[in-house]
Amino acid sequence: MLTQPNNTNTQVTDQSELTTLNLGPTHPATHGVFQNILKMDGEKIVDSESTIGYIHRAFEKLAERRPFYQITPLTDRLNYCSAPINNMGWHMTVEKLIGVEVPKRVEYLRVIIMELSRIADHLICNSILGVDSGAYSGFLYVMQQREKIYEIFEEICGARLTTNIGRIGGLERDFTPAAFAKIKTLLDEFPIVWKEMESLFNRNRIFMDRTIGVGAISAERALNYGFTGPNLRAAGVDYDVRVMNPYSSYQDFDFEIPIGTNGDTYDRFMVRSEEVWQSLSIIRQALEKLPAGPYHAEVPDIYLPPKEEVYSNMEALIYHFKIVMGEIEVPKGEIYHSIEGANGELGFYLISDGGRMPYRLHFRRPGFVYYQAYGEMIKGATISDAVMTMSSLNLIAGEMDA
Amino acid sequence: MEELTHQRIQEKLTEKFGDAILKVEEPYNLLTFTIKRESLLDILRFLYNDQELEFQFLTDITGVHFTAPEEVLGAVYHLHNLPKNIRIRLKAFFPKNDPVIDSATPVFSGANWMERETYDFFGIQFKGHPNLKRILNVDDLGYFPLRKEYALEDSTRTDKDDSLFGR
Repeated sequence: MLTQPNNTNTQVTDQSELTTLNLGPTHPATHGVFQNILKMDGEKIVDSESTIGYIHRAFEKLAERRPFYQITPLTDRLNYCSAPINNMGWHMTVEKLIGVEVPKRVEYLRVIIMELSRIADHLICNSILGVDSGAYSGFLYVMQQREKIYEIFEEICGARLTTNIGRIGGLERDFTPAAFAKIKTLLDEFPIVWKEMESLFNRNRIFMDRTIGVGAISAERALNYGFTGPNLRAAGVDYDVRVMNPYSSYQDFDFEIPIGTNGDTYDRFMVRSEEVWQSLSIIRQALEKLPAGPYHAEVPDIYLPPKEEVYSNMEALIYHFKIVMGEIEVPKGEIYHSIEGANGELGFYLISDGGRMPYRLHFRRPGFVYYQAYGEMIKGATISDAVMTMSSLNLIAGEMDA
Repeated sequence: MEELTHQRIQEKLTEKFGDAILKVEEPYNLLTFTIKRESLLDILRFLYNDQELEFQFLTDITGVHFTAPEEVLGAVYHLHNLPKNIRIRLKAFFPKNDPVIDSATPVFSGANWMERETYDFFGIQFKGHPNLKRILNVDDLGYFPLRKEYALEDSTRTDKDDSLFGR
């Protein structure tokens, strides 16, 4: 199944001195799927060919055979480190297609969920970067905090990893007082942990030596490849979908877009680290300004009614039946909607023929874009640099497979 | 310099590539051009290099298969002018038995894998691509899974009657 190395691009004339080396798919840093066939000149990588591997989610094909509201669980399995962001992106795409406006409270609650997810995602990415440089304790330390975020998700929707949070038209239920209490505890305790995490790494001589100048990509090359998110911002381009094309009331909040200068592994680490502070600030603002009101739009033919109503109210039963049987009115149309995922621009391109299922759904995955630049980024580097570079790109295998 | 509006983009493109623009739409406020496939690369280069247009960010490439009124495959491109924050969409359609279009790799490095993926799933041949081979499926798969003739479920199954479920 594995591809044979392609020697044609190798610039070194004396082929006999080159070594072919497989970095992955069983290397711990390659997530069990990514394979990189490296051509090595001594310790130096002179050429690389990357393969994504086979996960076979078949997301796009499956989506063509599922009613719109049944696609949410599929999106959970894309970038599973920040599943709720995928959920929200999908809901917003369908809401835009149908023309549903959700109440302000829903938008704010969604912002809170998305920013919690962003923190969970960045926290894993940065701490794993530490692990790949040999520093394991930081990872274990912040993992406790990710547990707290998962407990908040559990309180909101009953699930932790593949959350299925929310619905087309709003949220499945309002936040409980316990959920608010847990968020408040996190806001109080997490900054202390994150500060310690920063003091472990930010000015750590060994960490800096392992990351500064490693896997660098210029702003120009990053743009030409289609980089977005923290990886693009680390190269000095302040593109953030939350600011450029605000959705879910992001325009109501004050936050900064951290940017780097060199586009190297250190800058990517620092940008994510700073973004966590910004996310905390956004959550605080959203809680302070949280409007009262309903937790879903008044669209009974689109929004699944609460279960208790289905058992006691005839109209609710009828709407429930109609929605489950896929009889909701979806207009014909072609739409692209994108949001700022934890690792970059997450886009949904949807063609609807007016039927109960999408005619075509395509998912713009930021990780897919980064990985194709990986070979260029590690050219001239060593194996240990290649591991750090891969780690800092935040490649999520489930997201890359369509 | 004039403000970059949909109208202005349309004027500039029509002026330069009049015959190659087959249709202009604005679904959900995203300016969309349906173009002749022969002109794709010229249009991409123009959009990239023109100092006013500056569509230098390729967001995405994907394919689509329409079966009615006739069998056609299409390649869909989403471009973004980051400084002015305007997006456009380009679409080019071709017969299913002749699915060939120029590769966008001379303009965008990022087009490489996006085109490989589109080839993998739809069988669209991107002329001039440096390494057009499957990327997410096995090399000897033998078919293009996102084409509509390949049903997701086994069509020989008898335990599921689609007509009972409104399908």
